[in-house]
Amino acid sequence: MNAIEVRDVHKIYRRYGRRKQFATLKSALLSGSLLRDLRPDETFEALRGVTFDVPAGSTFGIVGRNGSGKSTMLKLIAGIGKPTAGAVRVDGRVSALIELGAGFHPEISGRENVYINGMMLGLTRREIARRFDDIVAYAELEAFIDAPVKTYSSGMYMRLGFAVAVNVDPDVLLVDEVLAVGDEAFTHKCLDTFAEFKRRGKTILLVTHALELVHRFCDQALWLNEGTARAQGDPKRVVDAYLLDVAAGENRQLSSSASPPEPQPPGPEPADMFKADEGRWGSREAEIIEVALLGPDGKPTHVLQSGERMEIALRVRASQPLSDFAFGIGVFNVDGICCCGTNTHIDGGSPGELFGESEVRLIIHSLDLVEGTYKLDVAVHRTGGAPYDYHRQLYTFRVSARTKEVGVYRPRHSWQFSGGVRIEGLE
Amino acid sequence: MFTHLRQLLRYRALVQSLVARELTARYRGSILGFFWSFVNPLLLLLIYTFVFTVVLPGAHPPELEPFALFLFCGILPWTWFSSSLLESASVLITGGNLIKKVLFPAEVLPVVTVLAGLAHFCLGLPILAVFLIYYRHGGVGLDLLWFPAIVAVQLLLTMGLALLVSALTVHFRDIRDLLQNLLTLWFFATPIIYPLSQAPPTVRRLLNLNPFTHLAVAYQDVLFRPGPFTNWPRLVAVGAASVLVFLVGYFVFDRLRDTLAEEV
Repeated sequence: MNAIEVRDVHKIYRRYGRRKQFATLKSALLSGSLLRDLRPDETFEALRGVTFDVPAGSTFGIVGRNGSGKSTMLKLIAGIGKPTAGAVRVDGRVSALIELGAGFHPEISGRENVYINGMMLGLTRREIARRFDDIVAYAELEAFIDAPVKTYSSGMYMRLGFAVAVNVDPDVLLVDEVLAVGDEAFTHKCLDTFAEFKRRGKTILLVTHALELVHRFCDQALWLNEGTARAQGDPKRVVDAYLLDVAAGENRQLSSSASPPEPQPPGPEPADMFKADEGRWGSREAEIIEVALLGPDGKPTHVLQSGERMEIALRVRASQPLSDFAFGIGVFNVDGICCCGTNTHIDGGSPGELFGESEVRLIIHSLDLVEGTYKLDVAVHRTGGAPYDYHRQLYTFRVSARTKEVGVYRPRHSWQFSGGVRIEGLE
Repeated sequence: MFTHLRQLLRYRALVQSLVARELTARYRGSILGFFWSFVNPLLLLLIYTFVFTVVLPGAHPPELEPFALFLFCGILPWTWFSSSLLESASVLITGGNLIKKVLFPAEVLPVVTVLAGLAHFCLGLPILAVFLIYYRHGGVGLDLLWFPAIVAVQLLLTMGLALLVSALTVHFRDIRDLLQNLLTLWFFATPIIYPLSQAPPTVRRLLNLNPFTHLAVAYQDVLFRPGPFTNWPRLVAVGAASVLVFLVGYFVFDRLRDTLAEEV
């Protein structure tokens, strides 16, 4: 049985054009455009035919970029808005965590606010009275419940709002990114509550940017993109597809903004190599004329998965035969820390001859870096260090990883347990 | 439309609590607190009494003595009416967060405004009673039984207009300012500070088109003028008109309901 059924839902919002801003009742009456102005003239289609089902008792995640229609979808399911076309059907009592404590009145006490907020969410006075102690205990506000809400800190305010909303005991809980605003302890409490809801067979719909949460919690996921469903189903697959698309977007952005090595005039060599900013210098007996980063499929890219194979391909041209040369690369993270630097000389190679055009490839078998943006140095230089052509941080690439380790290095790893320990979700 | 009306009944506990909140929150932090509900109409009355008995002593006919009492019979209900309308013009906009973020019937907000106004009106009644006793006025008799009926008609009329105004203001913010001036005009177009009989016949015909004229006259008949309340057919007519106003107001509100969350 489905708790939520969404069928080909469209939602069109009116956009405020310049004309509309100045249109007032007076002008509407004078120009006789009262009815016309009530009709949307400039519109924005936030949802364009979205269809999905959420089976009762399951946890469903919606992911997508900002402005992709996630919150609109949630509001339609909550019944706060009506779809322009299509149908939304929800089975059971709904509680929407869209803005915590939205109905609180600052001047009156927490106690009165709990009652009024609870009634707004559909509880009767008696039901609230019965749950009142639970709500206050959950919010950890026993000492302050009779103080006016305006004296609460924003954390207290949120805790109370959350406590009321989850104590409504909904059959369907809609959550819009509320976890992003609390402190650690509050977030843990929220997660515990969701887990408990899940155990009790309630349906949860989660809109979030915390993808690992979708991964960990959800039975199914939906990826909304510009108002349409791009992928749907197994959360791991959906999240990966979404991440891949985000990566592709970043790739487009990086390749359009960060590969101008050609017209760089040979600048002076900086005094301190490791403090140098972006630039290019060298004596130019040999030149690096093209640099490409290749992904595991051999195609040029700027976004790579951590742990994947990466190739750095250099096209080199030497205008005269050279016998003293080496090729080198350096990878720097955003903090300017050199994560790795090597050259053919360090790796034990002794130069033979370099003349004319050639291609040099460095193959990194497993790119074991943590997620982040990295800059690349490439150079051809004498074994003693004097550069022929040095490209300093002219190339940018992004490493993405599903898990968010900290540091620089992300070795391939796994956990093993024995004895009385049990942890789930570790692959 | 009627399913929504029934839904409103289901939310009556919420309406009740919100009215109570409105009353307590309003005076929270002020020294006199609830007392203001008494003091406000009293001060207003004092001002009008000063103007019409000290500054313009000859402006009203002698049969309207004590004039302060006559004024009070009109001003008290008028204050309820005008403040409810003015407040409901902004109630959806100030409560926008609720409409946008919580699933909850938006008409609760103007309804609460009108009912809170009714509560203030009722709090002003003891002062009226004190005046009636003080003057040992003979105008009050069995016709006082009509009083709840008049209040009910006014409630219906105010509610209908409040729903209309609140929903339209979301789309046309100018209504708030327009309304302020309109209510001033409306006040003087209602026989509150003068008796209907004093108006010239042509003007009187216009005043008769104003539903609040009949409400004010009814209040004055029941509370101030001696003799039985004979004007009840007019009250019934205004009552019927008020039902119509309420239905129209609710209909418009219902039609605009779905746009409210997007426009506030």
